[in-house]
Amino acid sequence: MTTSTTDPSPAPAGRRSWLRDHSELGVCVMLLVLGALVLTDALTMDVDLTQRGPVGPRTVPLVVGAGLLVVAVLLAVDVMRGGRGEAETGEDVDLSEPADWRTVLLLTGVFLGSAVLIEPLGFPVAGALLFWGAAFALGSRRFDRDPLIAATVSLVAHTVFDNLLGVPLPGGPLMGVL
Amino acid sequence: MNALTSLLDGFGTALTPVNLLWAAIGVLLGTAIGVLPGIGPAMAVALLLPVTYGLEPIGAFIMFAGIYYGAMFGGSTTSILLNTPGESAAVVAAMEGNPMAKSGRGAQALAAAAIGHFTGGMVGTVLLVALAPAVASLAVDIGAPDYFAIMVLAFIAVTSVLGSSRIRGLASLLIGLTIGLVGLDRMTGQQRLTFGSLQLADGIDVVIVAVGLFAIGEALWVAAHLRRRPPEPIPVGLPWLSRGDVRRTWKSWARGPFIGFPFGAIPAGGAEIPTFLSYVTEKRLSKHQDEWGKGAIEGVAGPESAASASAAGTLVSMLTLGLPTTAVAAVMLAAFQQYGIQPGPLLFEREPDLVWGLIASLFVGMVLLLALNLPLAPVWAKLLHIPRPYLYAGILFFAAIGAYAVGGEVVDLVILLIIGLIGFGMRRYGLPVLPAIIAVILGPAAEQQLRRALQISDGSVSGLVDTPFSVTVYAIIVLLLAWPLLKKGVARRRTEH
Repeated sequence: MTTSTTDPSPAPAGRRSWLRDHSELGVCVMLLVLGALVLTDALTMDVDLTQRGPVGPRTVPLVVGAGLLVVAVLLAVDVMRGGRGEAETGEDVDLSEPADWRTVLLLTGVFLGSAVLIEPLGFPVAGALLFWGAAFALGSRRFDRDPLIAATVSLVAHTVFDNLLGVPLPGGPLMGVL
Repeated sequence: MNALTSLLDGFGTALTPVNLLWAAIGVLLGTAIGVLPGIGPAMAVALLLPVTYGLEPIGAFIMFAGIYYGAMFGGSTTSILLNTPGESAAVVAAMEGNPMAKSGRGAQALAAAAIGHFTGGMVGTVLLVALAPAVASLAVDIGAPDYFAIMVLAFIAVTSVLGSSRIRGLASLLIGLTIGLVGLDRMTGQQRLTFGSLQLADGIDVVIVAVGLFAIGEALWVAAHLRRRPPEPIPVGLPWLSRGDVRRTWKSWARGPFIGFPFGAIPAGGAEIPTFLSYVTEKRLSKHQDEWGKGAIEGVAGPESAASASAAGTLVSMLTLGLPTTAVAAVMLAAFQQYGIQPGPLLFEREPDLVWGLIASLFVGMVLLLALNLPLAPVWAKLLHIPRPYLYAGILFFAAIGAYAVGGEVVDLVILLIIGLIGFGMRRYGLPVLPAIIAVILGPAAEQQLRRALQISDGSVSGLVDTPFSVTVYAIIVLLLAWPLLKKGVARRRTEH
């Protein structure tokens, strides 16, 4: 998004808007890559010893991989002919605005960060950071209230799951102190 | 009569204080979470899976049944009071329900919906009791080729009946099949798509796929397009109906189940089609034609009753054939597998306590739903005011608990996020989520049945079509596939004349 100012020439801009209109071709590329991956994995499989019965572990991956390639091509044809997938609607979804990638990236980062912190810090702390971080990414800026709610949600969830429901979650150093 | 005595035993199980408690908790949690905007029944069940990890199977499924019905009812509350339904089955509830709420008849709309759910669920569950043992005993004799045929039918039906684009449905199906391939081959132990990773050798847990596609995918998708100002819910009092309302709606309540139940039992997308059919039927039969579009109470009562009955129909194919026809049933099937229980024709013989306890608890759950939700409706309506950052932060938080609780491994959270990003992309480009989740759950089983069938026939493809049952199923599949062509042909002939 930030690079668009450094590139004022009209021809790439035309190409860029074409790409934006046809961004669904990215789905075709993903399907192609996935299909190639499945096929390669199936073909490099060492099945001589393990094969039992007429259909071995290879057959279904070969069919699925080939299917992915075919669907990728068919979808590309559909997109080039003007077919478009309908974006999903919902209670809180406003499709009139362009996608807010910053929020999505922030959320992804917060989620990964908290995942890494679960083992060293324990679930209550990592969970609270996840909740606060996600609320922050989604636009909540109440610094008096947000951390408090995050900590409460995380502690209550930890207690309920770990003690009452028998779902073990690591307490970490904090629960060792408490 | 055998079914009746089994059902009575089931009530013995369902009415123990502990199980009653689980049913009540399930109904309350399900409704509360279903009411929250942006959370449909499938996400509610997926998010609440970890709650049941520590429970005995019977308690867990009794709770699930409550969650399922509660979440469906919660979803229609949201669409009546907010008019922006998140999931397809609740769209119809908004068409007449929201105009009713706007004109000050929200209490009546909620009452019509609640009683509709109760009636539909009751009639649907009675039909379930009557039909399921018969279907199960018929299905006991079917073999590998028949199972394979049924699963292929499920794949084709979910990709071609639903959604506007078959090719996108097919893409979703293949993505799901690919995820299902990851891990050790069940028959030979051969590693597939594991890339040498030990973690992937166990396969990707279905719970992680479900939570990733439904919860993380949805949360990220909404985050990218979050409304600056959330829609304002219409305030509502205690639900009640006047005598005149009841006189108008009782026939709609009674008709709904017979439209909803059959559609729930076949892989045609659950409540979406029957709610719409019920709406059209009620509109045609109504004596108050002028009110339609402005808030006709029959338009809430009939479809809600149909939706609830379709949930019971879904359970018929899920319990007797192990065939999930909706996203919720798919997640519930995943829950069964967590306990090492395989739904199918033998379930009624092997786990009678579980099955009949579950079915009896559906009746109990219906009564609880009605008894709790009528007085609690104003409380549920307040949940619609929840600040959206907290709501979606909470979804991510509980999704993380769900995935972490599966095996206590951080890698699972990374896989969860990746699947969530796939779910995000699918929502962006109109790839339906249902085919993917059905494929993840049924794919490995379908492969096993295919290989078993071909082993018996010594590799001859004729082994797949050597029973009348499988031939019938393939004929249905051909009809489904040829339907758009046939329709085009008919339309052309009509224009020629």
